[in-house]
Formats: sequence, C-alpha cells, structure tokens
Amino acid sequence: MMNKLLKHFVKHIDGFLMGSLIATILVALCVLYSASGQSMDKLTSQAVNITVALSLMWIAANIPPQHLERIALPAYVIGVLLLIAVALFGEISHGARRWLHIGVAKIQPSELLKIAMPMLLAWYFARRDSLSTMKDYLVGAILLAVPVGLIMKQPDLGTSLMIGASGFYVLFLAGLSWRLLLGAVVSVGIMAPILWSMLHDYQRKRIEILFDPYQDPLGAGYHTIQASIALGSGGLAGKGWLNGTQSQLDFLPERTTDFIFAVFGEEFGLLGNLLLLLLFTLIIGRGLVIAAQAQSTFSRLLAGSITLTFFTYVFVNIGMVSGILPVVGVPLPLISYGGTSLVTLLLGFGILMSIHTHKKLVTS
Amino acid sequence: MRSRSELKNYKKEQYDFRIRLATGGLLVLICFGILISRFVFLQFSKYDYFQTMAENNRISLVPIVPNRGLIMDRNGVVLAQNSFVYTLEITPAKVEKSVEETIDELAKLIEITSNDRKRLKKLRSQTHSFESVPIRTHLNEEEAAKIAVHRFRFPGVEIRSRLFRQYPQGELGSHLIGYIGRINDRDLEHLKESGDLSNYKGSDHIGKSGLEQYYESQLHGITGFQQVETDAGGHAVRTLSSTPPVPGNNLILSIDSKLQRIAEEAFGNYRGALVAIEPSTGEVLAYVSKPNFDPNLFVDGIDSESWKELNESLDKPLINRPLRGIYPPGSTFKPFVALAGLEAGKRAPPFSISDPGFFTLPGNTHRYRDWKAGGHGMVDIRKAIAVSCDTFFYGLAVELGIEKLTDFVRHFGFGKPSGIDLKGEMGGLLPTPEWKARRFKQKWFPGETVIVGIGQGYTLVTPMQLAQATAILANNGRAMQPHLVSSIQENKEGRIHPVPLVVSDQIVLNPKNVELIKQGMMDVTLPGGTAARLGADAEYLMASKTGTAQVVGIKQNEKYNESKMAERHLDHALFITYAPAEDPKIAIAVIVENGKHGGSTAGPIARRVMDYYLLGKEPKPTQPAVEPPSAVIEQAPEEHGHDE
Repeated sequence: MMNKLLKHFVKHIDGFLMGSLIATILVALCVLYSASGQSMDKLTSQAVNITVALSLMWIAANIPPQHLERIALPAYVIGVLLLIAVALFGEISHGARRWLHIGVAKIQPSELLKIAMPMLLAWYFARRDSLSTMKDYLVGAILLAVPVGLIMKQPDLGTSLMIGASGFYVLFLAGLSWRLLLGAVVSVGIMAPILWSMLHDYQRKRIEILFDPYQDPLGAGYHTIQASIALGSGGLAGKGWLNGTQSQLDFLPERTTDFIFAVFGEEFGLLGNLLLLLLFTLIIGRGLVIAAQAQSTFSRLLAGSITLTFFTYVFVNIGMVSGILPVVGVPLPLISYGGTSLVTLLLGFGILMSIHTHKKLVTS
Repeated sequence: MRSRSELKNYKKEQYDFRIRLATGGLLVLICFGILISRFVFLQFSKYDYFQTMAENNRISLVPIVPNRGLIMDRNGVVLAQNSFVYTLEITPAKVEKSVEETIDELAKLIEITSNDRKRLKKLRSQTHSFESVPIRTHLNEEEAAKIAVHRFRFPGVEIRSRLFRQYPQGELGSHLIGYIGRINDRDLEHLKESGDLSNYKGSDHIGKSGLEQYYESQLHGITGFQQVETDAGGHAVRTLSSTPPVPGNNLILSIDSKLQRIAEEAFGNYRGALVAIEPSTGEVLAYVSKPNFDPNLFVDGIDSESWKELNESLDKPLINRPLRGIYPPGSTFKPFVALAGLEAGKRAPPFSISDPGFFTLPGNTHRYRDWKAGGHGMVDIRKAIAVSCDTFFYGLAVELGIEKLTDFVRHFGFGKPSGIDLKGEMGGLLPTPEWKARRFKQKWFPGETVIVGIGQGYTLVTPMQLAQATAILANNGRAMQPHLVSSIQENKEGRIHPVPLVVSDQIVLNPKNVELIKQGMMDVTLPGGTAARLGADAEYLMASKTGTAQVVGIKQNEKYNESKMAERHLDHALFITYAPAEDPKIAIAVIVENGKHGGSTAGPIARRVMDYYLLGKEPKPTQPAVEPPSAVIEQAPEEHGHDE
C-alpha cells in the first residue's frame, strides 16, 4: 500500500535527472555554507528555497504537456503586460527597475518570461505545419524581441540575454534555416557598433573591462581580477573546503550569488571544477535525451530550449567568473544563492520530467 | 495515406530536430571544452602567479612602533618620556563630506580651537590624504567618550590612544633636550640616504633638535613587524607571526637638572648662555640658553601662532646660544693670551710694565686705550690678569704675532667646534692673515693684532668653547671631550653602557706657567681684582676672569656712555671660572647679553651654580642672581637663524 503510494508519488519524476539535480544541489549547499562565512541562516533559507522549488517541480512534472501548451499564450501575454507595468510603476533598486509590488509580495515578471517565452514560441511553431515559412520566424522573432527589449530597458542585461537565448533556441530547433543563421551572424557583426552605442555606460564598461580588467583594478575590474585570483590560487586540488582565503577574507565580491563559482574553484581546485562540469553535463545530456525522445513538436521544442538555456546559464556564468566573458549578472544555476532563479529552473526541469513521463499519453 | 504522410512528416521532422539537437549538444561540448582549457590555464599553468597574488592579498606587514627611549638627568630625573594620550585623528581620504565641514561638526561636541585648525591645515599640507593626522591631542576621558558615542556620524574620524612624547620639566633645558616632530619630506630624504627608512615604517616622529636629534638612532629603537592576515577591508583578522620591536635606549645625561634649574633661574630676565663642565671628565653639568621654550609645543606640529611668537621674538628663544651664539670673548681671552706668552718665553716674572693707560704701535700715534683711564701702574703678568690690564696684553699680542698667538690658543678649542654631542655647533673664529686675505681680500694690519690680545676684533667664540677652554686650563692642559650623555641604558634589559671618556688633546705646558696664570685668575675675586666683591664671602677659592664684549664699536676719543645706549646695544657681560681653585670640580662660562660688566652680572650667576654644586647651597626662591635689565628695546643684535 505504502509502496504503491510512493510509486504513484514519483511516477512523473525522472530518476536520472532527479539524481543529478540532487547531487548538484548538495554540492551547492556545501559551497554556500563556505561562501556565506558558515552562515547557518543562509543555509536554512536556501534549504527552504530548495524545498519550495522541488515541490513546484513535482507539480510541474505532474502537469501533462498539453495543459502547458494551452496556457502558453495567456502566460506570455500576462508576462508582457506585467513587464509593461514594471516599466511604468516598478520599484527602483540598485539603479534598475525590476520589481513590481503586488499587495504584500514583490514579484519579478522577467522570471515568468523565462518559462513563458520558450513555451509561447514552442506553442507557436507547433501550431504551424512542419514546414515553417520565413514569415513564421519573423513573427517568432518579434514575439521574442518584445519582452527581451523590455527587460533590457530595466536594465537587466543578463536576464534579457538569457530569455533571448531561450527563444532563439526554439527558433533554431524549429528549423531556422542555416543560411538565415549565417545571415544573422553577419548582420550582428554589422549591427554590433550600433548596439554598442545603445548600451548603458556601465554595460559598456563591463565589456571593456572584460578585455582588460586591470584597467580599473579597484573598480569595475575588481570582480574579474579577484575571481581569477581565487580560481588560479585554487590549483589542482583546491585549498580545501572553508579554507579559501579569497572567499573567507572577503576579497571576492558577490560570492554567494553571481561569483559563487570562484569560491568553489578556489576551495576544490581544477578537479572540483571538472566534477561540477560533469554534473552539469549529465543534467544537460539527460535534457537533450528527453528532448530527442519527446513526441510532440511543442514538447520537444520546449524541452530542447529549456535544456540549452540551462547550458547557456552555466556557460555564461562560469565564463564570466573565469574571465572569458563579460560580467553580465547571471547566477550559476542550481548553485547560486537565491530562491527566484531556483524556482524557475526547477520548474523547467519539472516540465522536462513531465514531457518525458507523459509520452505514452501523447501517442495513445 | 494521410496518416502515412503524417507519419513520414513526423519522422522527417523528428530527424531534422535531432540533427539540430545534436548541433546544440556539440555546442555544449565545445563551450565546456573552452571552460576546461580556461581552468587548466588559471589553475595549472598560472597557479604560481595567482597563488602569490592571493598571498599578497591576504598577508600584510604591520609595523609595530618601538617605544622611544627616555632621557634622564644624572640622578634619574626624567626629562623626556612617553605617555598614552587620546588623540582625535582624521584621515582626509576617508571623509565623506569636506574636512572643514566634518571639523565644524566635531567642534560642536568638543572644543577645537582656531590654533588646532591652523595646525591641522599645516599638517595636511605635509601629509598624504590617506594618512591619519591629529585634529586634537590630549583629549580627556570625557571628550574621548563624547566622540566615541558619535563616531558613526564621522567616517574617517578616529580616536586613537597613542604614545606621546612628553617633556615633564617643560622649558627646563629645552635647547639641550630638543624635541621631536612629525617626519617631513626632508627627514624622509635623510632616512632614505642613511638606509634607515624601513625602520621608520609606522613612525610618525623623529628627533628634530637637541639630544632628541643627535641620539635619534639610540632613542628610536628597532621597529617590529607583525604579519597579519587581513580581509578585503584591510582589517586584521589574525596574526600569523610577529617580530617584537626593540625599544629605544635611554639616555642618562651628565646634566644635573637641579643645577640646571638653579642656573636658568639665576638669569632672571636676562638673555644669555651658561655652560658648566666637570674638567676632569668633560661631562657637561649645566647647559643654559636663555630664554628657552616649551618643547612640548613641537611634538605634534606647532600651531602657527606659537611658532610666530617664538620665531619672531626679539629675544630669539629658539637660538641654541651655547653652540650657535657667537660673541667676542673680550677679556676672558686674556688668560689664554698670557699663557701663550709665558710658553713662548715672554713676560715671565719679574717682567713688568709701567702702564700709562694706553698703548701705541711703534711709528704710529694711534692710542689703544686701557679700560682704566690713567692705567694700572706697575703691572706684571699675574696682576695683568687680576686687574684685566689691556695695555699689558696689547704689547704681548704684538710681540707674539698673530700667527703664534692663534696657533697656541687653538689648542684650547677656540676656532673649531668642541665636538659636543649636539648638532649645529658653530666653530667661532680665530682670525689670521690668511683668513683675512680669503675673507676680505685685504692684508692684515698690525693694529688688528693689538686688539686680538684683549679678545676683541674679529675674534669670536661660543659659550661652549669658552667653557671648554676654561675646563682645559683647570685640568692643566688635558682636554676632555665635552659630552652631555654620560651613559646609554639598554631599554630591554636595563644594562647601562657608560660613554667612554675621551682625552681629545693633551697640551704640553710648563706647570710653572700654568700655575702663574691660575694665580692671576684666583686674584680676580680677591681684593684688588676685577670681581673682588664676588669672592668676598665665598667659602671656596675660585679662579676666574671677567670680560666685556662690545656690541657696537666705540669711536676714538668718544666717551662711552652706557646710559645713552639702548639696552640692546649694551656690552655683553662674560665670566669664566672654575672652582675649587686647588682641585677644580666645575668650570663655567657665562655670557649675559647686554649685561654690561662681567663681574657684576655674569659672575653672580656662576657663583650661584658653584654654590649649589660645591656646597649644596640653594638660592632663595624667585630671586634672580642679578637685577633684571631695564626694558629698553631698540634692535636685536645680528643672530643666526634657527634651522627649522
């Protein structure tokens, strides 16, 4: 009886994915404990975040993909409306307008778009015939540009890039022609100077500092330099858990959030980094397998986009911490402290699980 | 059909999708490959570099400033010490508002005078903005507490408890003790040259004058270092290792502070100098320069008002008179000229002259007058000293010749620094024909030799030289190197290292000749001598010589009228002496600026010093040895600049 109940409970949970996620989250808690200066408070609060996020993941896993397909459009519309509301009435903090007060709670509508955006585009291309036309990609691009533009204006470069990526992956997986892709790359090359002029000063500075962090070692380049020192001084095997001098002595900024990877790399070294990348590879690999085996256009596009977006998070964050990409304010998925991004991520993995475990229902 | 084509489409679509997905997978692998190569670069190839960077980040060396050595007199009375004092300090670079605004705010809590502000302004112009500079020193407990409560309002403002140099005796011996002050760019230059700069990391102060300056290397000590782990904010987290500082050594002086005080007080309102030396050792017993100043004013930057007052005063209190005040020796020069004559085989008794009250050079009508109109009658060498007969010495000087005369007296330390342990000593002047040719491009006139015989003309001496010459004479020609520090005490274990006594010269003299000179000097304070009144009630026998040095020249045949002269143009009074005459324990030179007659102004000051030193007799309090000068001030004599 109990056994049957348990079986029913985990019916829509993918064992492989779940195992990899749990392993990564356990690593995350260890790093967080060290990065926060051994704060039990932070650890507990993140454990609460994890519990909430895992519950939501379970719920998402139990919702059949068809339901998601149905709510794709309304979710997107609500998301965009909220973004407009943010632009008009949003609360300003740290020089950016990202939050919206709704009664007692504060919400960040850009988070909603992280899921709603690929859902909408997957829904849009699933409704088309298998041979989508140029017009479809153009519509898709416009649907994508609206929220990306709004979020970029907040300004939140990191999130807008990630949402842009998630939409782009749908377009790409839906069969965006290679020629067009090439054309896009070329046109970006041409547009780059124009885009450059549209960026905020601090965003430009970040890119400039990327190429030469020592230009401003105590200002904008400080993050990159200190992170490189942390990683580099970690060596092969690391300085040991709780023993990273860069992290424990406050040299690393934002070390529980965006720069937590530097703490990990300093304390666990090259071997630890490879191990963490392996965990991420397992998660991504499983996501790709789920996408490959998905049976409806909607679910395969969505699964593929979620997985590749997750990868993009990992790459952009680690790339920025290790100094090969600009500092754009993207957290390391599953590892960085904070509830919002964790909930969004695990909701995504819940959808992956749902797609994988509701397959048979689709074919029947 | 339809379902088949649908199935086919589906298969095709799935195939296309998987190709795309595989491309995505490839992208993942490529990107992760890039990350891995970056990890290898950072954590393997450049490991050593980043390891060093991380260590530099976290470890910093914090200097521990050693305690400065104490200065004590020969009886252990402390003349310079360190005491903990609360200071209110500001680091301009850390202040959010302007420094002026912050200080206005602070002034509402505790008293900050305009002098404090001026001093701060001066200090700020000499320091970097990231250095902490004092706004106020010597905060009391209540003030410190007030600031502490409101500290959060004043970023960059701190209360510090610091060891402060303190001169508990105030003005006593200010010129010999000197003072410390904040290290300035010039000091840094010197430290760099001497290679001591690293030992001054963390030190704010350095000896600027007097013994504080001369014995800087002894007093400062060796700076210790603490290797501390610091966080990004620069706060020390823990100590990794530490090398304790070695405190500076204590100076034990030959000065007797009681004697010093009696000597200083004896001057009353007069300006002048006094040096007392123990002839057998060269130990300086008292070292007076009047007026003096309070060295405590200088420790953390003197405020401009006090500085102006000291620097612009007509009394020139900052001049270290014993070393840098140069005066004509006047008649105090005569015993040494007399000895030169005897050693040259001239003027030995029973030689005597009949003094008409003036001297003329052969073939010249110019009269070199004696101070006593009409002359002293029959004068031999002993009487010549006792009555200070000018005529006798005019002739002697001419007969000796300027070269022979100066060559001889040079042995007594004239014309060159004594080498005492203080900086900035002047050498005085023994004029010679070569010197005059060099200096004025003129030939030497015989008349100039005449007046050198009575210590006038170009001849210039410092009070230090005069005292040393007296001590050498008292010691029968054995010259002991004069010094103020008699021993140095290691602060660590308290071991005392006496400063070795140095015989700087041994003048070969005929004891009979020396005895004759000494007899003459003993007669000075006996009935018939120029200072007979001074010796009338003395319980010991002293050997002395009075002197008067002209400040402005008096023209031929013009009657000297002292009442007409402004006080500053009055003659300087000089007096040299040693006692007891049969076994000299103390040799003294006194100069009282504008004190007129050596016997009546300078002599009583020396007498008081000897009375205390030899008999333990203390003068009645608040009674100067001589009456204060009349307060007519016209113009100060030409003096030499203070080196600050």
